Amino acid sequence: MKIKQISVFLENKSGRLAAVTRLLAGHGINIRALSIADTSDFGILRLIVDDPDRAYTELKGAGFTVSLTEVLGVEMPDRPGGLSNILSILEENGINIEYLYAFIGRGDNGALVIFRVEELDAAINVLQARGIIVLDGEKIYRL
Amino acid sequence: MYWNERYECMPEAELQELQLERLQATVRRAFFDVPFYRRAFQEIGLEPGDIKSLDDLQRLPFTTKQDLRDNYPYGMFAVPMSEIVRIHSSSGTTGKPTVVGYTRHDIDVWSELMARALVCGGATRHDIIQNAYGYGLFTGGLGIHYGSERLGASVIPISGGNTKRQVMIMKDYGSTVLTCTPSYALHIAEVMAEMGIKPEEIKLRCGIFGAEPWSESMRQEIEKRLGISAVDIYGLSEVIGPGVGIECQEKNGLHIFADHFLIEIIDPVTGKQLPPGQRGELVITSLTKEALPVIRYRTRDITSLIPGPCPCGRTHPRVARFTGRTDDMLIIRGVNVFPSQVESVLLEMGGTEPHYLLIVDRQGSLDTLEIKVEVSETLFSDKVRRLEDLEKRLRHELESTLGISVKVTLVEPKSIQRSEGKAVRVIDKRKI
Repeated sequence: MKIKQISVFLENKSGRLAAVTRLLAGHGINIRALSIADTSDFGILRLIVDDPDRAYTELKGAGFTVSLTEVLGVEMPDRPGGLSNILSILEENGINIEYLYAFIGRGDNGALVIFRVEELDAAINVLQARGIIVLDGEKIYRL
Repeated sequence: MYWNERYECMPEAELQELQLERLQATVRRAFFDVPFYRRAFQEIGLEPGDIKSLDDLQRLPFTTKQDLRDNYPYGMFAVPMSEIVRIHSSSGTTGKPTVVGYTRHDIDVWSELMARALVCGGATRHDIIQNAYGYGLFTGGLGIHYGSERLGASVIPISGGNTKRQVMIMKDYGSTVLTCTPSYALHIAEVMAEMGIKPEEIKLRCGIFGAEPWSESMRQEIEKRLGISAVDIYGLSEVIGPGVGIECQEKNGLHIFADHFLIEIIDPVTGKQLPPGQRGELVITSLTKEALPVIRYRTRDITSLIPGPCPCGRTHPRVARFTGRTDDMLIIRGVNVFPSQVESVLLEMGGTEPHYLLIVDRQGSLDTLEIKVEVSETLFSDKVRRLEDLEKRLRHELESTLGISVKVTLVEPKSIQRSEGKAVRVIDKRKI
């Protein structure tokens, strides 16, 4: 029920993102979803890829600062209110969201949202209890 | 204009006689009252009586900053603490600070030297001196202050910082002399321009700037922007503080007050004296200090003796403007900064690779220090907040250790160029 996310530290200078994607491409690793958080000095690239363990090893080997974190992937209806409903459930249960990013996948319901929360297991439980589909990592990697 | 014409313009032969007499007395006191010096002299089989001429100065051993540190805090004092009326100290940037003490007589001499320096630099008793050097353990503030009072000028002990207020006071109080670091003087000029105040609207007419190296072009810039005449002043706490030497109105080298300090320029590697005109390390022997006599103190400042007499009439030797340091110490905004301090902070903080780079630059007129730090894996987080916290913590720690503001930039591992041999820790982009 958990998804492995790769985070990469990037300096704010040209070509750093390209260096990551080139490396992944070179190893035939496919990017499923990504988001970048940036400050004036640096950025953090977050990636969901089809082979997180290998991506981690290759990036680390190439000298990047990388970390593997577990996140939550939630499938939701691609219509107004889809995200709102899920956020309400998390709010009701006092689960804080560190960050999230969404993409229109090829999931059964349409939209997919990646959540980074501190209490991962609690989040999975409350969402599942309310009938929300929390995606299995393997399913996302193989989308 | 002289403060003390008799001594400042003393004929060379008479000056040398006075220097020898004072050197012999200093060596005697050092030998009998400071165990460090006695040991150092005995090691090379030297006795105070062996110093028979000024040339014999070369037979004396050198004293270094490390010696002062090894004898921290009061081990180098030549008088009991009951005779000490003032203590100053360096910021303790590279480890232990160096502590310096003054007897009542030392303070008196220092005030005299600073009064001389102020007059040499163009000030009179009719001036209002805005003293923007820092007051406190740093010798700059109080040194200028006592000299100003001795001179009989009106001193405004504003200390450094709060630039808008500096400008306001300068304008409203009618300050005629400004004393601070040259970079701060330029900053004041900039702020003044931002506030829409023109040089004609203030009464400032001269500036006495020091505590960091600065160039001729910087002088011209300051003079133009503030509408003043600016001179360079030199000093170091180990020797006495500001007032060791200063430029006269000729602005061609700094006179070192030779009735109180004996100077040599040496090759920093061989330790041999160099002839006038050749650049080397300035070495100073105090001739009248009671509390902390220094024998052949290695200043690590690079300069050269200017041959020939000065048209100003002062007979005291001149040294060229300082061009650098013999070690890797950086002087940023008047504060001594060592790369090793950064390293120790990073190590203490943990989590960061001890790979870092100091980038010193000058934006407008103020020195800036950026410290690039490589982020290690243990420290990295996918959360922006955590990394920003790290940056903030590092900045805070570095600022409190270095005593100046810094910009911390987190960079990728291995992004700082590795060099073979001695690591390049500093890029100094300032054009001095």
